[in-house]
Amino acid sequence: MVDFAGKAEPGTTKKYKTGTWRTYKPILDKEACIGCEKCWEYCPDSCKIETEYDGDIIFDTDLDYCKGCGICAEECPVEAIEMELDEK
Amino acid sequence: MVERRVMEGSHAVAHAVRLCAPDVVSAYPITPQTHIVEKISQFVADGDLKSEYMRVESEFSAMSASVGSSAAGARTFTATASQGLMLMSEVLYNASGLRLPIVMSVANRAMGAPINIWNDHSDSMGVRDAGWIQLYAEDNQEALDMTIQAYKIAENQDVMLPAMVCMDGFILTHTYEPVSIPKKEEVQEFLPEFDPEVKLDPQNPVTLGTVGFPSDYMEIRHEQYQAMENARDIMPDIFKEFEEKFGRKQHSLIEEYKTEDAEIIIVSLGSIMGTIKEAVDELREDGKQVGAIKIKAFRPFPDQELRDALQNTKAVAVLDKNITLGKKGALYTEMKDTLYQAETQPQMTNYIIGLGGRDIPRQSIKNIVKQTKENLNSPQTREVRFVDLKEEK
Amino acid sequence: MKEIRIHGRGGQGSVTAAELLSESAFEDGLEAQAFPAFGVERRGAPVKAFARIDDEPIRIRSQIYEPSHVIVQDPTLIGTIDVTKGILDGGMIIINTSRNPDQLDLNTQAEVVTIDATKLALDILGKPIMNTALLGAFSGATGIVSIEAMKNRVKARFPGEIGEKNALVMDKAKEKMEE
Repeated sequence: MVDFAGKAEPGTTKKYKTGTWRTYKPILDKEACIGCEKCWEYCPDSCKIETEYDGDIIFDTDLDYCKGCGICAEECPVEAIEMELDEK
Repeated sequence: MVERRVMEGSHAVAHAVRLCAPDVVSAYPITPQTHIVEKISQFVADGDLKSEYMRVESEFSAMSASVGSSAAGARTFTATASQGLMLMSEVLYNASGLRLPIVMSVANRAMGAPINIWNDHSDSMGVRDAGWIQLYAEDNQEALDMTIQAYKIAENQDVMLPAMVCMDGFILTHTYEPVSIPKKEEVQEFLPEFDPEVKLDPQNPVTLGTVGFPSDYMEIRHEQYQAMENARDIMPDIFKEFEEKFGRKQHSLIEEYKTEDAEIIIVSLGSIMGTIKEAVDELREDGKQVGAIKIKAFRPFPDQELRDALQNTKAVAVLDKNITLGKKGALYTEMKDTLYQAETQPQMTNYIIGLGGRDIPRQSIKNIVKQTKENLNSPQTREVRFVDLKEEK
Repeated sequence: MKEIRIHGRGGQGSVTAAELLSESAFEDGLEAQAFPAFGVERRGAPVKAFARIDDEPIRIRSQIYEPSHVIVQDPTLIGTIDVTKGILDGGMIIINTSRNPDQLDLNTQAEVVTIDATKLALDILGKPIMNTALLGAFSGATGIVSIEAMKNRVKARFPGEIGEKNALVMDKAKEKMEE
C-alpha cells in the first residue's frame, strides 16, 4: 500500500509469506546434515535457519517463505535434502 | 484470402514492420514494448525480414541510431515506452527538426514515480510538442494498419516528419485477438520505396544537423509547422487508399460512433474506445442519446472534423488517460481550443481515467455519461473529475 | 459472451492457457480475446488471466468481473483469493485439486468441478504444469471449445514431443470429465 508518493512501510517482504508458491518442499534428513552452511549460502530466499539437533548445528527450512526451488537439495554436499511433492 | 489469426498486439505490430521492411530497426527493450522488438528480431533471424537489426544500449541510442539511419535515406523503425520515451526526448526533437520520417511504436505506459509499468498516456502526451505525428490505435488490427499508414504519411514528400503509433501497453500489446495480416505484395504496392530528396549520400555530399541561426531558424520551424498541416490534408486520402487496397473500413482523423442525434458525446482515444462503444450501445438500448468520437490522430489535431462532428451536441465528455498538472487533461485542453472556434459550444467536462493502469469497467463509462447529463441541468461544480478514485466510492 | 477468468501462480501457464483458449475458440470459428491481469510476474506469485469468447468481434477492454467460468490452477489460492468472486449464477468453476467439490469450502451458486490436474501433468509431462489438463477439462465440462482445436493449438505452439504430450494430457482430462 503506497500512501504518499513512492513511500511504503518498511519490512513488507517479511509479511509476504511466499511459502504457498511451492510445488515441492525440501525434506531434511537431520541425521545426515553436517551443518556446512552450503544451503544457507545458496538459498535465494534466505529461508534456511540455523537450529540445534542432537547437540549439533544443522540448517533447516522456514516453510513460511520457502518457494520450493530445490537449489538447497541440488547443492547439499551430503545429499541430506530430498524434494517432495507438497500435497495441496 | 487474407490471413486472419489470433495474435498478441505486439506481434501484430511486428508483422506490420515485417511488411513495411525497414532497412534499419534499432531496438532496446522496455516493458510493455519488449515483445515488439523481440518478435522483429525473430523475423530477422529467420530471414523473413532483411533489416539491419541494431541492438543498442539505451533509448537515447535507439533514437540516435534511428536519426543516423534515416538521415542516410534508410527506412527506419524503433519502439519504446514510458521512461524510455523520456530518455529519447532530446533526440525526438532532432528527428522532427531534421525532417526524418522515422516510425516508432509507443506502448503507452505511465510515467514514474511511483514506478508503474501499466498503461496510461502520460508518456506520449508528455512529448506532444516534439514535432512527431501521433496516431492512437483502438485495437490490434488498427495498431498493425496504422504502422503501415504511418510510413506512408511520414514519408510523403510534403510531410517528411517522424510518426508515433501509440498503442495501450498491456491492454493491446499483451492481448491476443484476431488480426488480419495483409499480403506482402499489397503492402509494397501501397508503400513505395523510400527515397528521400535530402539524405547523406557520399556521391552528393551535404551536411545535416547544422546550426540554425536566428536569421534562419524561424523559417525552418515554419516549414515544419506547414509540414504538419500538410499531413492533416493528405491523411484522409491515405486512409481512403488503404481502405480500397486492403478492404478494411478506415475512418478519417476521427471516427464517429452513433453521433447522429447524440445529445452527449464521449471523446477519447486508444483502446478505451472499445469499452466506450459497448457502453454507448447499452445506453442506446435504454433510449439514451449518446455517441462517441475516437481521435485517431492527435498530431496533427483534427480541428475541423471535430467542430463538424460536435456542432449539434449539447454536452461533451472528454476522457483523458493523462493529467497535465497545473492544468487539465491534454486532450481536453486541445478540445477546448478547437471548439472555441465553433459556432456553438457544447458544455464540456474532463474525466481523468485509468491512470497507471487502473481498470475502466463499462459501468464507469455509464457513470461518466450520467454525470455529464447532470452537469447539463445544473451549474457545473467541477470541470475536471478523477474517475473511480478510492475515496469517491 | 463467455467470460473466463483463470487463477494461477507464475510459472503454471495461466496466461498461456488463456491464449490457447482464445486461439482454439477462433479455430472453432468464434471470436476471442485473451489477456493477462498485468502484474509483476514472478514464479509462484498469484496471477490472473482472462479470456472472452463470443460470436461477434469483441470490443470491450476491461477486466472480467462477472465470469461465466473460472479456472483455478492452484488450490492454495482458494484461501488467499476469492476465486468465486462475481461468478454468474449458473456459471462453473473448475479447480485443480485432488479433493472432491464437497470437500472444498466454497461459497458459490456456481457448479464446482474438480480434477487432479497436477497429478495428470506429472504422470504424462513429468512437470507440474497443469494448464493443458485444465483446458482439456474445460473443453470436456463445457463443450464451449472443441478438444480438437485445443490439441491443434497446443501442438502448433509447442512443436514436437512437448506438444504431443500436452495434447495427450488434454484428452485424458476431457475423459475424466466424462467419467
